[in-house]
Amino acid sequence: MTTHAPAPPGAPAPDRARDTVPRPRRTPARAASVFLSTHPRTRLALLLSAPLFWLGVVYIVALVLLLVTAFWTVDSFTGEISQEWTLDNIITVLTGSLYQTVTLRTVGVALLVTLIDVVLALPIAFFMAKVATPRMQRILVIAVLTPLWASYLVKAYAWRSVLSQDGILEWLVTPFGGQTIGYGLPATIITLSYLWLPYVILPIYAGLERVPDSLLEASADLGGRTWPTVRFVVFPLVLPAIIAGTIFSFSLSLGDYITVNIVGGASQMLGNLVYTNVGAANNLPLAAAIALIPIVIIFGYLFLVRRTGALDNL
Amino acid sequence: MRLSRLSRTTLGVVTGLILLVVYVPLFVVLVNSFSTSKSLTWPPPGFTLEWWTRAFQSAGAMEAVWTSVQIAVIATIISLALGTLISLALQRFSFFGRDAISLLIILPIALPGIITGIALNNFFRTIMGVPLSIWTVVIAHATFCIVTVFNNVIARLRRQGTNLEEASADLGAGVWTTFRLVTFPQLSSALLAGGLLAFALSFDEIIVTTFTAGSGVTTLPIFILNNMFRPNQAPIVSVIAVVLVVVSIIPIYIAQRLSGSQQERR
Repeated sequence: MTTHAPAPPGAPAPDRARDTVPRPRRTPARAASVFLSTHPRTRLALLLSAPLFWLGVVYIVALVLLLVTAFWTVDSFTGEISQEWTLDNIITVLTGSLYQTVTLRTVGVALLVTLIDVVLALPIAFFMAKVATPRMQRILVIAVLTPLWASYLVKAYAWRSVLSQDGILEWLVTPFGGQTIGYGLPATIITLSYLWLPYVILPIYAGLERVPDSLLEASADLGGRTWPTVRFVVFPLVLPAIIAGTIFSFSLSLGDYITVNIVGGASQMLGNLVYTNVGAANNLPLAAAIALIPIVIIFGYLFLVRRTGALDNL
Repeated sequence: MRLSRLSRTTLGVVTGLILLVVYVPLFVVLVNSFSTSKSLTWPPPGFTLEWWTRAFQSAGAMEAVWTSVQIAVIATIISLALGTLISLALQRFSFFGRDAISLLIILPIALPGIITGIALNNFFRTIMGVPLSIWTVVIAHATFCIVTVFNNVIARLRRQGTNLEEASADLGAGVWTTFRLVTFPQLSSALLAGGLLAFALSFDEIIVTTFTAGSGVTTLPIFILNNMFRPNQAPIVSVIAVVLVVVSIIPIYIAQRLSGSQQERR
């Protein structure tokens, strides 16, 4: 595309009368096209300008300003944000025992949810990608995707009814002398794992699909049994996809506050603290300071996994 | 690798069990939408169609669906345009800062929604002084929808290479003609798939929406959240949920057909 500019407009027309294609007219569009095909950098700049303007102005500026707000304070009398620089919010968040407990709880929940999702997603993704017949595969993809379209809230609400005192779980386990786990942290972990499971299955499935069957056959021909083949051939190839899946479940769990409200009973996560401070407490600077915790954790995680190529698998 | 019959069966059974657990809650919602009990009692004491008629007569629900559709359509269009531009830039050129830009695109979904939410809330209200409205929701949604379009389009660009575009240029087509007649038709199914995902993402989003919606703007998720804990409204929420799942089978089917035909062509 870059190497072929049309003949210069002033050049003499070829003698041969067989030349039936009319010479392009010199419209502004044509001139722009000629210019663009000989100036790839301009083309790049034009392609990038609109999206970068949008993401830069709307998103990066907003994020940076949020960080800045964390160093401001709220006038306790008027409730207005006063732009005095202070480290108070950061210190409160770092040293307050409430924030430490909630941070640990939130990270623990996010890690557990991620672990559960990966453990559940691996067999199902493997079955979909390598065992199922093409027809079965298509049905399974639809079966995994359909719950994604059910509203997030409805699914959390569904678990609320499943786990409730006279819900289906109670009804199922009562004959065996059990009882429902009720609302609380375990219910939150179950519901969050349920919500993010499709997000973890899909990248792993896509990653496994990309592993050529010929590699597995080669491994078998060279004497590799099932487990060594999974361990030394399949696993390294799909690791980026697995990590891509964990980014979803980890990050989505880290900021969640609605599921906790629906099935978590009285337990609080970081999201709840942020939400209360934005809304009822009207302390945006403190909310911003709390929000820094998940931001730092996610950036740390993204930085750690950057080299594995996971970010290309999202 | 040759899987034994036993391990194949085990994998199949595990897959089946997981899918069963995935569908049980949805099944419970389906049954609850016909239940005479308002308090999620299982097994249902009796069955009624009352909630279904009431849901379709509920002005609030219908209005919320319409608001959500409008927001999702506009956000999808914006993200289609921006996502296509940026994937062309990142796939066809290599330049300094390319990795930073691809990180920038995934950031709105990699960071928890509440952070995007309060950042935009702060940006619109405190910094810009713009009152929250339906447009602030659209802007927020378009920002995190770009990534779904980007992912689909860049994968397609990577796979199709530049041969056809070069042939088109060699035959005298300018950049516009090449894009219109060669690049765009090849991208169309990727754009449809990315657009469907973007639409779904926007339609279902609640956290960012809570922080960017003006007081009069009630999207469907906001409507559901507001009505979920009201005893008289909860069964209507179940009805809406069932309708959403059933309606969603159409776009999933289309997306599947698209990717399926793509595989056969390969």
